[in-house]
Amino acid sequence: MIVFTYDKTFEGLLSCIFYAYERKIFPDIVLAEGTPLPLFCEEVIPILTEEKKSERVWKGLSKKLSQAGLAVITYNWLSELPDTENLLFRYIRKAIDAPKSIELNFGDPDVLLASQIYKKVSYERHRVIQFTRFQKTADNIFFAALEPLYNVLPIAISHFKDRFSDQKWIIYDIKRAYGYFYNLSEVTEIRFETQSSYLITGQLDASLMSEDEQLFQKLWKTYFKSISIKERTNPKLHRQNLPVRFWKYLTEKQ
Amino acid sequence: MNESVLEKLKILAESAKYDVSCASSGTSRKHKAGGIGSAAGWGICHSFAEDGRCISLLKIMLTNHCMYDCAYCINRRSNDIPRATLSVSELVDLTIEFYRRNYIEGLFLSSGIVRNPDYTMERLVRIVKDLRTLYRFNGYIHLKGIPGASPELIHEAGLYADRLSVNIEIPNEQSLQLLAPEKDFQSVFTPMRHIQQRVLESAEERKKYRFAPRFAPAGQSTQMIIGATADSDKDILRLSSALYQRPTMKRVYYSGFVPVNTYDQRLPMLKQPPLVRENRLYQADWLLRFYQFKVDEIVDDAYPDLDLEIDPKLAWALRHPERFPVDINQADYEMLLRIPGLGVKSAKMIIVSRRYGRINVSQLKKMGVVLKKAQYFITCNELPLQTIHEVRPERIRTLLTQPSGKKEDPRQLKLIFEE
Ligand code: SF4
Repeated sequence: MIVFTYDKTFEGLLSCIFYAYERKIFPDIVLAEGTPLPLFCEEVIPILTEEKKSERVWKGLSKKLSQAGLAVITYNWLSELPDTENLLFRYIRKAIDAPKSIELNFGDPDVLLASQIYKKVSYERHRVIQFTRFQKTADNIFFAALEPLYNVLPIAISHFKDRFSDQKWIIYDIKRAYGYFYNLSEVTEIRFETQSSYLITGQLDASLMSEDEQLFQKLWKTYFKSISIKERTNPKLHRQNLPVRFWKYLTEKQ
Repeated sequence: MNESVLEKLKILAESAKYDVSCASSGTSRKHKAGGIGSAAGWGICHSFAEDGRCISLLKIMLTNHCMYDCAYCINRRSNDIPRATLSVSELVDLTIEFYRRNYIEGLFLSSGIVRNPDYTMERLVRIVKDLRTLYRFNGYIHLKGIPGASPELIHEAGLYADRLSVNIEIPNEQSLQLLAPEKDFQSVFTPMRHIQQRVLESAEERKKYRFAPRFAPAGQSTQMIIGATADSDKDILRLSSALYQRPTMKRVYYSGFVPVNTYDQRLPMLKQPPLVRENRLYQADWLLRFYQFKVDEIVDDAYPDLDLEIDPKLAWALRHPERFPVDINQADYEMLLRIPGLGVKSAKMIIVSRRYGRINVSQLKKMGVVLKKAQYFITCNELPLQTIHEVRPERIRTLLTQPSGKKEDPRQLKLIFEE
């Protein structure tokens, strides 16, 4: 059995592809560095991540796949699911080897699985766009915290940038301990070093809020209650549409 | 803005909540420099109320004072309920501040009728105009067209609103007149026609001149109340189908009647709103819009009402065994769509995947086909299993309606990412 090990970055994975095609050596399995090796390993090849090579692979793929097909690859990567690298390795190999685009061949189990994961990740992106809640801070920054199931902030940020371009905001992924800050002109990645309470609860302390923030939260909660039709109350449907894992961060659910 | 708005908001949201349309779809608008917000093109639900319904827009009435006396409406003048009116600045603040916090996609504004239809419509138009021009609000706006409002005001409204709607409420003119003496079909269909005309004209103008103003780019919608009158599903769906013939009619909403005025003898006594029927109507509506069904295939004189136990597509299939089984590897798109348990997405997947090879049952399952239903209606490589001809329609019906261990709630509309 041949094993490639890599540094658990996307560029690293693409470098594995480059190495494989250059040397005509195809691994049975790709593993992140430091993961325990399987039994019966004949050969372990550590792959060095090289930006130039990964770029060349990506360029090659752009010729083989449509934008949507490329998105399947990045979305799968952002799913962070176990074994994603091996699914992607097979998917990319099939894409490169096939004479015509493979992306719609749902009869192929890898293509089908990758497209299903793609869908799951895009639903999660959609949920982040739905359920992000900003709270206005005393220094006029709109702050939102959440814990997406998959690492979807990188693919959701453009939506927020377009929509909320005339207000400063921070969207923070508490689970992965990073986020994005928009300063009215550009978006930058940020990490908070300290463990403030709002990074645990997701809720700003009243002392940090802008003057009318509490009033608007109250108004929104009032609206949320009033708009429901009592005769139609349906807790099951409510929970199905509004997954409980988001409640912690939803103003109307506090 | 102060605490006093809380009470008003409560009253006016309570008054607006029976209007069921909530979608914010149909317009894509990128952010404009100096403005606030964008429109995403597809409806985004930002929350779900405890009744499970989508909250996309701030759905509110400007005022719930009303001089009309529609029997089915909580706001009718003979009701002794708390009344309130929002000021323009309160409404603008609520909309913009909610929007900035990502609570909503925009505003859905309606109003009770004060003085006369034109006076009311004029006030509504002024607010959306201010929101757009003074406050540069770029999010979604759905504005209610007041029945009986003049064409000039409708024309102005469409310059600022993404979608306009005039509600029919009651699918039959006699019943409408009985329950809402101040309204008639003309007061509803005339503004609808004006909207239609302006949307089409503006699309024409924009072909010639790119900067011609857009008119209600998300078209129009309407609503019918279900179960307040004796009208059959056939009456309702025929009307919907006729409405969908108009290119600008995007959605017909069905609202299960909630008996808010139990004292009114003209209305039926219902313990509960007819939610299952409402759901079946939405499914039938779906068949009209996306599954290429004709209304007479769904309901006719022999079957004027939808079957509450099974969905309308399955009902159609059981009435038409001669059209089955369908060969998954041969059938065209239209016929694939007719298979119970198989939706638009799986039908599309089947069509594209067939180019690469034949499809088998385990692949169908992975593509999301509900085999429990579909199995009686298809052949597919290793099949034939037991088709409708061997099992017989009556037996399939029993098999599929028998309560299994986990019963699905028929009130739940499965189609969550619509439009
Ligand atoms: S016109 Fe009729 S339906 Fe509209 S608010 Fe007044 S009473 Fe209600």
